[in-house]
Amino acid sequence: MSEVEKLSFEEAFKELEGTVHRLEGGGLTLDESIALFERGMRLAKHCGQKLDEAELKVSQLVSSDRGGYETIPFEEKEVSG
Amino acid sequence: MPHTHYFTVSQVTNYIKELFEIDLVLQDLWVEGEVSNYSRSAAGHVYFTLKDKAASIRCVMWRSVAERQAYLPSNGEAVIAHGRISIYEVQGTYQLYIDAIQPAGLGILYLQFEALKKRLEAEGLFAPERKRLLPPFPRCLGVVTSPTGAVIRDILHVLGRRYPLVEVILAPTLVQGDEAPQQIVAAIEALNKHTDAEAIIVARGGGSLEELWAFNDERVARAIHSSRLPVISGIGHETDFTIADFVADVRAPTPSAAAEIAVPDQGKLRETVDLHCNRLVALMGRQITERHSALEAQQRALGRLSPQAKIASCRQRIDELTRSASASLAHQLALQQERLRGRLLRLQSLSPFATLDRGYSITRHLRTGEIVKSVAQVAAGDPIETQVSDGKFDSTVDWTARPLFAEGL
Repeated sequence: MSEVEKLSFEEAFKELEGTVHRLEGGGLTLDESIALFERGMRLAKHCGQKLDEAELKVSQLVSSDRGGYETIPFEEKEVSG
Repeated sequence: MPHTHYFTVSQVTNYIKELFEIDLVLQDLWVEGEVSNYSRSAAGHVYFTLKDKAASIRCVMWRSVAERQAYLPSNGEAVIAHGRISIYEVQGTYQLYIDAIQPAGLGILYLQFEALKKRLEAEGLFAPERKRLLPPFPRCLGVVTSPTGAVIRDILHVLGRRYPLVEVILAPTLVQGDEAPQQIVAAIEALNKHTDAEAIIVARGGGSLEELWAFNDERVARAIHSSRLPVISGIGHETDFTIADFVADVRAPTPSAAAEIAVPDQGKLRETVDLHCNRLVALMGRQITERHSALEAQQRALGRLSPQAKIASCRQRIDELTRSASASLAHQLALQQERLRGRLLRLQSLSPFATLDRGYSITRHLRTGEIVKSVAQVAAGDPIETQVSDGKFDSTVDWTARPLFAEGL
């Protein structure tokens, strides 16, 4: 299992779901349950943090001089109305 | 003045016919006019004249075409007909050979739209089974729309509010005019080939049928169809349907709605995370409670098995045994006493004292204490004691004699 802090939101969210299912499934030793519980709580916290910290990134695709494409930052132009 | 060269009627007619048939406009045109002289032959072919204020054209619709039409006109109706112009050699007239016809009120764009829709549908471009699922948590989204205006602003606003984790790549295009379809096609292809986008939003704000026309272009339809990435269309208002909408994997009623469909809502995600959290706490709590009761049950079992309890139970057993033993002893004692009493009675019946009752007595020599059983034991003058049943008395021997015949007895 990788470090919670390095997971993407999607990975953490899916693992959290899986963790709940595993705990629901039972058949675990107390140590296993506690380990899962602790990781699940860290995953949940991480999910929240990921959303809190997220800021929409927007770029713009432009054709380059060499005939290919490149992305440049997108500046929203002021539009009246 | 005689001519050295002349044409036959047929030759001229064929020549004119060839002129018509190499003309691209005449081979593919829409004509608007009013229907008159409508007739249908026994063979099923339809003939009428299309006219306006200044001119008229003879029209033919073969049975095979007429049978396919949802609409057939009657005299006086304004229609738009599609077909080609050619020559009817027998009469030396030109005619419109119609392959599609609609009431004029609907407009020519509508007819083109219907014709393209029918064709692409028949080709399978709208088939439900080729609609792809959208990624539930897209990391990157492509957006094909105008870089200016309310549409991109609304889309970015919705994406930022719902799921700011997503990265947006705008592929800017014109969204109306002759240049628009080619740009939209290029944008879709570029997003597919040159970016990490996982889905594409194709969007345009509301407008007239003409303004939305780029999204009814066959090239755009085919670009959406061949896009590797799933496409969400959000074109015009809720009531507008374009060919692009039919080909898209998901059709959203508006650009904002397309953005909403493209990403999950962080509010709901946070709720779900909270629910999972609560579930984890509840599950863990339940586990601990369960282990606790299991532990208590074990402790109780252990208590039952402990030596202390065994000692207590042994003590009780000893107590019980002691009690039953003493009871048994008392019983034995009583039994023995009873038995003893019986023996005593029997002994008494055998005792010499019992014979005293019957008149016998016991004589003892007072000096020796011996019981006198023979006359030889005593001499005259000896003190003797005689015991009878109820007491004794002392006396002195006067004389002794031995019966003569004693031995003979």
